[in-house]
Amino acid sequence: MTQQPIIKVQNLKKYFPLRRGLIGFLKGAPIRYVKAVDGISFEIKKGEVFGLVGESGCGKTTTGRLILRLIEPTEGRIFYNGRDITRIPKKELRPLRRELQVIFQDPYGSLDPRFTVASIIEEPLIIHKIGDSSRERIELISKALEEVKLTPPEEFLWRYPHQLSGGQRQRVAIARALILKPKFIVADEPVSMLDVSIRAEILNLMEELREKYGLTYLFITHDLAVARYFSHRIAVMYLGKIVEMADSDTIVENPLHPYTQALIAAVPEPDPSNREKRREIKIKGEVPSAAAIPPGCRFHPRCPYAMKICKEKEPPMVEVEPGHQVACWLYAKA
Amino acid sequence: MPLLEVKNLKTYFYTTRGIVKAVDNVSFVLDRGEVLGVAGESGCGKSTMAYSIIRIVPPPGRIAGGQVLFDGTDLTKLPEEELNRKYRWQRISMVFQGAMNALNPVYTVGHQLAEPLVYHKGMDKREAIEYSKKYLELVGLEPDLVKRYPHELSGGMKQRVMIAMALLLKPDLVIADEPTTALDVIVQAQILNLLKDLQHQLNLSIILITHDLSIIAELAHKVAIMYAGKIVELGKSEQIFNNSRHPYTQKLLSSIPRLRERRKLEFIPGVPPDLRAPPPGCRFHPRCPFVMDVCRVEEPPMVEVEPGHQVACWLYTKR
Repeated sequence: MTQQPIIKVQNLKKYFPLRRGLIGFLKGAPIRYVKAVDGISFEIKKGEVFGLVGESGCGKTTTGRLILRLIEPTEGRIFYNGRDITRIPKKELRPLRRELQVIFQDPYGSLDPRFTVASIIEEPLIIHKIGDSSRERIELISKALEEVKLTPPEEFLWRYPHQLSGGQRQRVAIARALILKPKFIVADEPVSMLDVSIRAEILNLMEELREKYGLTYLFITHDLAVARYFSHRIAVMYLGKIVEMADSDTIVENPLHPYTQALIAAVPEPDPSNREKRREIKIKGEVPSAAAIPPGCRFHPRCPYAMKICKEKEPPMVEVEPGHQVACWLYAKA
Repeated sequence: MPLLEVKNLKTYFYTTRGIVKAVDNVSFVLDRGEVLGVAGESGCGKSTMAYSIIRIVPPPGRIAGGQVLFDGTDLTKLPEEELNRKYRWQRISMVFQGAMNALNPVYTVGHQLAEPLVYHKGMDKREAIEYSKKYLELVGLEPDLVKRYPHELSGGMKQRVMIAMALLLKPDLVIADEPTTALDVIVQAQILNLLKDLQHQLNLSIILITHDLSIIAELAHKVAIMYAGKIVELGKSEQIFNNSRHPYTQKLLSSIPRLRERRKLEFIPGVPPDLRAPPPGCRFHPRCPFVMDVCRVEEPPMVEVEPGHQVACWLYTKR
């Protein structure tokens, strides 16, 4: 693993405007925003698996889409291999799309049911004008299918998505992402809709491909156990902000932010002795709406250690030990 | 007498493309105050098995054989009217999968909670709403919530309402089908804590159906592992988690990523069989690493390997 970041994100923000009602419009009420991503910064090194973990609505998927420029950021900058790609026009973006790919969560919804496996994987080749003839493209597709262990490929080429199992569909999605030989892949909950018994198969396949092609992943998941298994580093998101970031062992073994601590305490484990005890969840309530983010530290209304300063001022991200950053007033000086 | 005894239950779906044997010869007993966890991959028949107990299998599904003895009465033979009046919701209630969407958006929470009380207990509506407030408190919600509409509640609150609704008529048995699947991990832990408390407090029997063995470990005294319409292993929670015998159970357990230890995850190659034409012999044999000749031709019987621990696998049976 080299030290050069392949992806660098600086103070990235995405605000979605909320529709005003008629009365609000007539009164000239200010437009309110859902602050889905609210100023996050991180770097992903080449060959790394960077896990982005958080509960639903924390902005992790929006972050993935921002990096791929599937949606336009409100503020902040995105660098790919040192080049600022935040505002480059669509035309220049196209060659980059070959290098930046995505695997979606839902293998049932992300494949067009009217297309065969061959035409699903062929589409990116046609768009990017790769392969001169259909035969040449089919050859490339067959190779990609072998790569994701859908063998023999002839048996899968002409099937439709409904004729495949969930795991097989997700392999087709991976083959489609890989066919353009990308460098960086956003994997958005790639195994959460699959049965436990085949999750490891897909994860192991993704790991194998990473090693073989030197891929880099942004791995988005709500499941800390899966994140630890698959990622080198983990960033924990809460309401549009990264609250803690470290290598994955450190996050699990030495979590510092009260939110990370609660997340870890809440993960159930297949150990029957758990039956005798209640899980101690120190934090209260549920995640507030991203349209009404609490002032100061956005976690303070739920935090068991909330102090006066937490209600007033947002905590800065501080490095408490090399490579371990946390945004919490317990660890920062005012 | 056990509270529930399911004997050789068969539930088949009669489709135009053949008979799908979703539940095929399933037997187990459940005592009062006991929690049974039922685990298996999607499509293994665990939900259908639960639906069969209170006979709400959607057509073309039908109970094709076997008995469901609840407190000594065979529910499969009961007339629909009597089942409705005496058992459904009254003595066996259910928390459904995706319960967050099970509430009707156009009625208040109170209105929906009152419904079973009006129907079963003959209360008038005002009385019923008053009565249901107690149950909202029981599940950790404000009694004022009766005036709210479902869209005003968070996912965790809706799930609590569903649990309150399931407990209203003081049932002996609650069937919980994936009760926490759509919830975030912290809310899930809170709901599991609530279920634990209520189970102790009310001495409830629970059948907990989920694909997530970690959730089962949190609650269940007993565990049944289902594969392709059959129970392949059944035992006390400790026996299943610490000393599993069936290769399927073992593989399933080693495929769960654990937060607190790092190790290579295993997976089960292949896919579960098509239940219209399950493989002959043991249904797991095409995916089993220990497959022998006998597995391909003859179905393994359920045998007891230690007290309370049963397994259906030729590794533990002599022919």
